[in-house]
Amino acid sequence: MTELALSLDLKPKLAPKTKLRLDPKTGKYVLLYPEKGLLLNPTGAAILKLCDGEHSLSAIVATLAVEFRSEPLALQGEVLAFVLALFDRGLLRVAP
Amino acid sequence: MSSEQRLYTLIAELTYLCPLRCVYCSNPTNLAAHPDRLSTADWLRVFQQAAELGALQLNLSGGEPLLRRDLAELVAGAHALDFYSNLITSGVPLTRERLASLKEAGLSSVQVSIQDSVASESDRIAGRESFQQKLEVARWVKELDLPLTLNVVLHRQNLGRIAEIIALAENLQVDRLELANAQYMAWALENRSALLPTQAQLDAAREIARAAKERLKGKMEVLFVLPDYYSDRPKACMGGWGRHYLLISPDGLALPCHLAHTLPGLSFDNVQERSLADIWQNSTAFAAFRGEAWMPEPCKSCERRAVDFGGCRCQAYHLTGEASAIDPACSLSPKHGLITEARAQAQQSSLIPLGLRYREIRR
Repeated sequence: MTELALSLDLKPKLAPKTKLRLDPKTGKYVLLYPEKGLLLNPTGAAILKLCDGEHSLSAIVATLAVEFRSEPLALQGEVLAFVLALFDRGLLRVAP
Repeated sequence: MSSEQRLYTLIAELTYLCPLRCVYCSNPTNLAAHPDRLSTADWLRVFQQAAELGALQLNLSGGEPLLRRDLAELVAGAHALDFYSNLITSGVPLTRERLASLKEAGLSSVQVSIQDSVASESDRIAGRESFQQKLEVARWVKELDLPLTLNVVLHRQNLGRIAEIIALAENLQVDRLELANAQYMAWALENRSALLPTQAQLDAAREIARAAKERLKGKMEVLFVLPDYYSDRPKACMGGWGRHYLLISPDGLALPCHLAHTLPGLSFDNVQERSLADIWQNSTAFAAFRGEAWMPEPCKSCERRAVDFGGCRCQAYHLTGEASAIDPACSLSPKHGLITEARAQAQQSSLIPLGLRYREIRR
């Protein structure tokens, strides 16, 4: 997947086996997939809500920079690492 | 997910009935003592109560859940509660049309079992001709764009074909392949000497699975679960007694695991008489092996006590006769010889029985 990370034009999309929802017990978002779940921090949740196959990675970084009042360059590393880890687990796909 | 006591998964064992007779079935051997007693309304109420307790995942399991004629209604109920619902099935009996209706009702994912990569062997272990139907069901799952897990229980009679099993999974474009060694409990315990593999078999299979996992990263999730007979440390059974899982038997017992109702001296509550929240929070049976107070030494002071939670209570009972004993899978157990003797026996092919004891209804 590393070669894909090089392109900020890439449009990630949540894999069909996932379900993103709010966990009422913690107020946090969870990403559910067969027999497992990831409890997300606010950044993770904000990223995944934008992984709809419409937003490119650069657009996601830009949107998050506004939402979290942060420098895009400072956020970029965190976004890429998170997205890569989810690609490796098969939880994200690349929109065609 | 976090470590505190929190219900995440409800396992609904809708029925213990099953068209297959798998020799390692994880249902209790006294199946007939737990007939289907819950109505559609009972199950829907239990789902609602589990959701209120915080459950996010719902496993629709059995036996064979497809034998419940109200399955689509139950799936729809789960969907309305925003559950991630997993149908855990043999694929028998099923039509494409019914599967489509389950998807329509909101089913999240399907797990289909096969017993081997070779039809005759898969059918022999299942005790019924079923392999071709299972492959057909797996293809329907993909065609209907549902996430597909292929479940394969591993043992000495199929470990040698793990590469072929992985190839078959790739061919079916499976999203997730679960290669779990048999847990030697219930029916698998009765067939243990015929099923327990050797260390060499396991090492070879684990290496093939590891390579496949690396090669298929991002495409197909490959899980390989070792048997605790070869790990020298107990498994964290159910992630700890009454921590994240709650299981309902076909007759309505609320249980911490698949076989807890085979333990003596514990009184499990029925969901027809008590609310799930009350059972989860206040029942004596759920409290019995929660935390560390029940633990014997050296578990109590073991640095791994928060990793494996003292292992499997059912295994402790069924092998040593005492539910609060140290899990004999642990090399620190004085009864660990029960495990090492079984391993030694697995090395001697002259001691491996040829016959298998199939799952059956005993009255």
